[in-house]
Amino acid sequence: MELHWLPSLPDWREALRALPEDPAAAWHAAEALARTRLDFVRTNALDTALRGRPVEPPAHPLRLAVLGSCTTTHLLPAIRIGGLRRGLAIEVFEPMFGGWRQELADPASALHGFAPGAILFSLDAHHVTAGLRADMDDAAAEAELTAVSERIRSGWREARAAFRCPILQQAILPIHPPLLGCNEHRLPGSRAGFVTRLNAVLRTMADAEGVDILAVDTRAARDGVARWHDPGLWHRAKQEIALPAAPLFGDLVARWLAALQGKSFKCLVLDLDNTLWGGVIGDDGIEGIAIGQGSPLGEAHAAFQAYAKELSRRGVILAVCSKNDLANALEPFERHHDMVLRRDDIACFVANWTDKPANLRAIARALNIGLDALVFADDNPFERDLVRRELPMVAVPELGDDPALYASIIAEAGYFDTLSLTREDRERTGLYQANQAREAWKDTATDLDAYLRGLEMRLVWRRFDPIGVPRIVQLINKSNQFNLTARRYTEPEVRAVMGDPLAFGLQLRLLDRFGDNGVIAILIGRLAGDGDVTIDTWLMSCRVLGRQVEPVTLDLAVAQARALGARRLVGVYVPTARNGMVREHYKTLGFSVNGVEQDGGYRAVYDVAAHEPAPTFIETVAG
Amino acid sequence: MEVKSEIYVGLTEIFHDIFLRDTIALTPATTAADVEGWDSFKQLEIVLAAEARWGIRFSTRELDRLACVGDLAHAIAAKAG
Repeated sequence: MELHWLPSLPDWREALRALPEDPAAAWHAAEALARTRLDFVRTNALDTALRGRPVEPPAHPLRLAVLGSCTTTHLLPAIRIGGLRRGLAIEVFEPMFGGWRQELADPASALHGFAPGAILFSLDAHHVTAGLRADMDDAAAEAELTAVSERIRSGWREARAAFRCPILQQAILPIHPPLLGCNEHRLPGSRAGFVTRLNAVLRTMADAEGVDILAVDTRAARDGVARWHDPGLWHRAKQEIALPAAPLFGDLVARWLAALQGKSFKCLVLDLDNTLWGGVIGDDGIEGIAIGQGSPLGEAHAAFQAYAKELSRRGVILAVCSKNDLANALEPFERHHDMVLRRDDIACFVANWTDKPANLRAIARALNIGLDALVFADDNPFERDLVRRELPMVAVPELGDDPALYASIIAEAGYFDTLSLTREDRERTGLYQANQAREAWKDTATDLDAYLRGLEMRLVWRRFDPIGVPRIVQLINKSNQFNLTARRYTEPEVRAVMGDPLAFGLQLRLLDRFGDNGVIAILIGRLAGDGDVTIDTWLMSCRVLGRQVEPVTLDLAVAQARALGARRLVGVYVPTARNGMVREHYKTLGFSVNGVEQDGGYRAVYDVAAHEPAPTFIETVAG
Repeated sequence: MEVKSEIYVGLTEIFHDIFLRDTIALTPATTAADVEGWDSFKQLEIVLAAEARWGIRFSTRELDRLACVGDLAHAIAAKAG
């Protein structure tokens, strides 16, 4: 079972043996190797090579505990390598075989000593169906389903109470052979039927408990259960997931950890000729290209466009990067009736004769996102190779030469795997279109004040609330540039702010004449014993820079601080690799800075009593 | 049955990858006792790597009969032709 979207590396063996001595360089070289098509032997070899030498990952390792009912040791290297592939160092812990319940309950256990930052529950299908018999009646099978699911739920709750960390529940693998056959669902005591029902119950329960699901069941349905599970290996080593499936399993776990960190791709950049349609528009002309009904090739390209369009409807930004004359490239979008994608589905359209790495840089800049948020889909191996070499942070799937497979290749790579969907995600295309309208209008406004006044901005603020939690967590974990402390919060931690009477969490939404910008800023403050309110988190989406949101946010912070009886606001700046743009933030707002530390970080204080709201063109409303 | 040298070349490569030691030299008589780190876990990895490389699958009985590298090479030769 292959990670088929990753490129093969022919001289992989030599590359592994040539890892550099320097610990930081070794990590980066290994990261590049992890982004090639590794099978289980290579995955384990890369993991062994890294564990046998000093390496220096760019950030502290995430600590993941794997609580399993059967052997999971053979899956751990693949989890670490899946993390490495995403630039994440992962430290994995496994309790004594079969002993996770005791370790969870015992504060002196090794599990508690490890103090996980994330937990994976990996329960095998034999374990959860042990109480089933084919001669059970409906009521008995139903009671067993309740008992098993409640046991799983109590495990989640215990883990959450002990560690307050995100939890991932592996769906149960459908490994049991049927007893009735196609109508297995009519046999209440069927193990196969039970697993299907339990997986449905787990999903509902997980939503209610804020737990995420590792959908190995749907993966196995696509790949074939036999690719995931070998009964021979089960009897021999109690490995429910076969070693050859480990690289994919590890990648799925790492996708979750990356999504928790807010590391996910945001934009699909599409080539045109032989990617979105068959043929070359410049040579074949609008009548000559294959798109839509009439030919299998045209239908395959249309199906790929339809997949891209669905991705954009759920929040993935689409861009075009093509070597073409602009007029030629635009023509099918504007004139061809069978095109599924239209010009206004594309947030950034680049067609010229410049090299693709330069154009990808321009696209990232225009959309105000990082290069590491781009996935580049191009049928041309030369272009793919060039982009991989010049811009290793851009994901470049091995598309192959059959457009019928493009959608599933991109889907299986999991670039856009997301834990939940926020309203902003659904409306993102609209957000970017409104932004373009704003920009166009800005060019016509005579001066800045006229522009801002004409925007008719309204800032709607609201304390953190359950409905806003997904977007709050998403913003906190993915905002890098306008983020004073870059402190990350998990969902349980955000909920803890909501319940803390000495803290406030605010979510700010900005509306204007062009539409709703969505939640664009987050503020978290906390009252300390000395009567000061420390601003733990102040972050803002870069797309509303220069719109006077900052002084209005300060007004809100002051009001909150006064309500808590504080005399001063304390702003903290913690420098990171990417937040240099806000170094002067507190100074600009009139805070006095006390001594800058060696790394450039500082604390700044602000007298709440002396605060005068700065004049802006924003109307502030509690929402 | 005669075992083609191609099988030993392939097995050697598998051992070098799995143990990350290019000095391992296999003979038909090599057993787990001769290779440091060759435990039951690595044994499975070796067998699975051989299955993947030659596109074959060993039965539970066949796996139980493997005592040395020669056994494995013979089993591969019998299946892969």
